[in-house]
Amino acid sequence: MDLVWAIVVAVILIAGALSSLIAAIGIVRLPDLYSRMHAASKAGTVGSGLLLLAVGIHSQDLSILARALAGFVFFALTAPIAAHLLARAAHEAGYKLTEPSVRDELLLQRRIAKRGYRKKG
Amino acid sequence: MMAASVVSAAAMVALGILSLAFLFTVYRVVAGPTLPDRILALDMLVAIAIGFIAVIAIKTGFMLYIDIAISLGLVGFLATVAFARFVITQAQSSSAKQPHSDQGDDGESLGGRTRKHGKRRKGGR
Repeated sequence: MDLVWAIVVAVILIAGALSSLIAAIGIVRLPDLYSRMHAASKAGTVGSGLLLLAVGIHSQDLSILARALAGFVFFALTAPIAAHLLARAAHEAGYKLTEPSVRDELLLQRRIAKRGYRKKG
Repeated sequence: MMAASVVSAAAMVALGILSLAFLFTVYRVVAGPTLPDRILALDMLVAIAIGFIAVIAIKTGFMLYIDIAISLGLVGFLATVAFARFVITQAQSSSAKQPHSDQGDDGESLGGRTRKHGKRRKGGR
């Protein structure tokens, strides 16, 4: 029984570390800020969340498991907010999408809104 | 006995993989062409550091490390939010200086002299 838990913890540890590695490779390899954000916020959250979950399972203690889960939930709540805020700020600051991307809805929408405002005034 | 060695070996492997991921992310922090790239990579560094702390908590058995990981996540989130606000205010102040660049060319496509000036101002912060 002890060995089963140990194997579960080991598998979760390796999976979390590999997830973080995938996120880091995505950050290095992807061409654009907005596409790097996909890798960083999703795979990075899964990676650190799995590692925290491994700590909670390894301790065999409900209070520590609850704290680890609280940390994971907190991280899973804040990482998309931070990524979205940073993407919004970068887009507002004028950082362009990379070359093969064909459509920028947010930019189009802002231009339409600006034109409508000018027409009214 | 067997179980402890399995967990210990997995923790060592996880530490190796995490340090590889840390190195990749540090490369993006150093080489990232724009400021938001570096901010994103710093956010990722915080996530990897949380993973490191979790693995070290398993290796040493001090479960107090979980609280450190939670507070590190809080600090990282606040830092990213503050940096995002900073990117917005910096773009607004630079576009107020140059009214023609509507979408705010951020030193990427500026000419040589102004670009150098912008870089010096960035470095002086």
